[in-house]
Amino acid sequence: MRNIIKFLIILFFLSVSKSFAAENTAKFLETDWTFKGLFGKFDRASLQRGYQVYTEVCASCHSMKYLSYRNLSEKGGPEFSEAEAKAIAASFEVTDGPDSTGEMFTRSAKLSDKFVMPYANDEEAKSANGGAYPPDMSVLVKARKGGADYVYSLLLGYEDPPSGIKLDDGVYYNKYMYGNKIKMPNPLSDDLVVYSDGTKATQEQMAKDVVNFLMWSAEPHLETRHKTGFRVISYLIILTILVYFSMKKIWSRVESKV
Amino acid sequence: MSDHEYTPSSKFGKWFNDRLPLLSLVNHLTDYPTPKNLNYWWTFGGILTFCLITQIVTGLVLAMHYIAHVDHAFSSVEHIMRDVNYGWLLRYVHANGASMFFLAVYIHIFRALFYGSYKAPREIIWIIGIIIYLLMMAAAFMGYVLPWGQMSFWGATVITNLFSAIPLVGESITTWLWGGYSVDNPTLTRFFTLHYLLPFLILGLVVLHIWALHVPGNNNPVGIDIKKPSKDTVPFHPYIVIKDAFALLMFLIIFAMFVFYSPNVLGHADNYIEANPLVTPAHIVPEWYLLPFYAILRSVPDKLMGVIAMLSAILILAALPWLDTSKIRSAVFRPLYKQFYWILVADVLILGYVGAMPAEGLYLLIARIGTIYYFAHFLIILPVLGLKEKTLPLPLSITEPVLGGSPNLAAARDKTEKIG
Repeated sequence: MRNIIKFLIILFFLSVSKSFAAENTAKFLETDWTFKGLFGKFDRASLQRGYQVYTEVCASCHSMKYLSYRNLSEKGGPEFSEAEAKAIAASFEVTDGPDSTGEMFTRSAKLSDKFVMPYANDEEAKSANGGAYPPDMSVLVKARKGGADYVYSLLLGYEDPPSGIKLDDGVYYNKYMYGNKIKMPNPLSDDLVVYSDGTKATQEQMAKDVVNFLMWSAEPHLETRHKTGFRVISYLIILTILVYFSMKKIWSRVESKV
Repeated sequence: MSDHEYTPSSKFGKWFNDRLPLLSLVNHLTDYPTPKNLNYWWTFGGILTFCLITQIVTGLVLAMHYIAHVDHAFSSVEHIMRDVNYGWLLRYVHANGASMFFLAVYIHIFRALFYGSYKAPREIIWIIGIIIYLLMMAAAFMGYVLPWGQMSFWGATVITNLFSAIPLVGESITTWLWGGYSVDNPTLTRFFTLHYLLPFLILGLVVLHIWALHVPGNNNPVGIDIKKPSKDTVPFHPYIVIKDAFALLMFLIIFAMFVFYSPNVLGHADNYIEANPLVTPAHIVPEWYLLPFYAILRSVPDKLMGVIAMLSAILILAALPWLDTSKIRSAVFRPLYKQFYWILVADVLILGYVGAMPAEGLYLLIARIGTIYYFAHFLIILPVLGLKEKTLPLPLSITEPVLGGSPNLAAARDKTEKIG
């Protein structure tokens, strides 16, 4: 038993030293994420609302290049019906081709298409945003220290700069941003979108919904992972107990202790 | 190796065994006399074998889906995570498996340090082990480059740049390693090739490591030579097999907790940003298992000397069997060594901690003291200690104080259990 305790202490030390390495400018805001914990799952309705916020607000600047429209109807995600996902896809235009005459043509998007990008290339994205490249959002939550809490806090972290800090044009003050300066203007305000399910679109609500959606887009198999994990660990624990008693039985033939 | 001739019972078995003694080998492995007082720190050998096999198997499948090209590497990893059946599981097992591999290898190494397993007649086992450890670090480093995230790219840049510290030919060597004038596609493809090759070299060395182990047999917590087979030993199967299996399962539970519930906690968030040669991350840090050496590297103001210090920190271990002058193996009977041992453990953990911190101010000072102490432990403390230390009397066997044997045996046993 002592071995195991020591082992865990070492493990703990490692994880602590890791988290100390994080440099937080401010303590992140917290909210009740449903995807955390042993049985964590996504809130389906929140994911659907989050998609709405993404597509109506974020998508005008931020791409999501690793997602396809089919993902929207897949299990463990927002779970739009296939018809809904098809309709969503159809509302976007993509360039396809070349056709038999060698010409490129546009058509409405299909389930198999990737999310349409707001800009043709990085340079266009930069020039449209004052030189700052709006990062792709597919794995954004995993690409930031603090993950979902960080992005949620950032979305709600806009405030007037403290006296003594001068901001250039097109630069905003955000207390959670690295260095506190961000080129993205505050993207959310109350009632910016109209939720079809009647949920009141407060700033907090939208931030929560969109971060839920971003968490799913970064970890589309999170629900399967949690479910499988629970089964795997339960199986391992039962097997460990059985093996422990077998071991005791076998070693009882020797006077030495195990 | 085996003390008795083995004859298969079946006629075909005998015919086959006369031509290829595979059955004799199996018999040797199952009957292999093992000290019966091995504690759980000895189960990490088996755990490490499991880790290596897991890395090879998951790695093979990942390689079927991964594309080693700067334009496709990052997105092929996302493809694995999203579209490949259980791709997320394969990748998370492989990525966390590397960390678990190092966790196990560090416990394995520190177990050897505590019980003096590197001393005669086991020097060759130890040196092969050090080579395996070096190859593991190389394999892990190159594996970390493959997803082509920001830390992959900048980590590769920092580490390959170390070679430029070599006088005269440094720059040329770095260019040669890169296959160009910066870390780029040729670097990625060669790292992928080597990352694929190294595990098989490690596997070969593991076979030698175990072969070399089976010549003198296992060391044990008391650290004395034992007669084999005797009352002090048990056959490897089923006694050690079941105990290793139990320990492995405990290890797997922790492993699974990482894979399923915090798969990214040991990685760095920046590696989910695609590599960009134009943007340097705020802090470039290696994976946690390389941090102590990173701290040593940065604690030396001169680049070349830093690289030499870092390499020496690992290579000095190979000379350990001769630096440690004590005739007594186990720290159980070396009261002073035991204290220095735990100081060394703390020193390495502290070095790991400051390795993750910016190299400035107090952190740098701590790193320097830690580095000096690390070398002092091996170069000054151990050689002197072996000559000066007053050790406790050794028991004559594991089981019994033979013929008026050691009065201290009971105490020794207690101590062994405390550590075990």
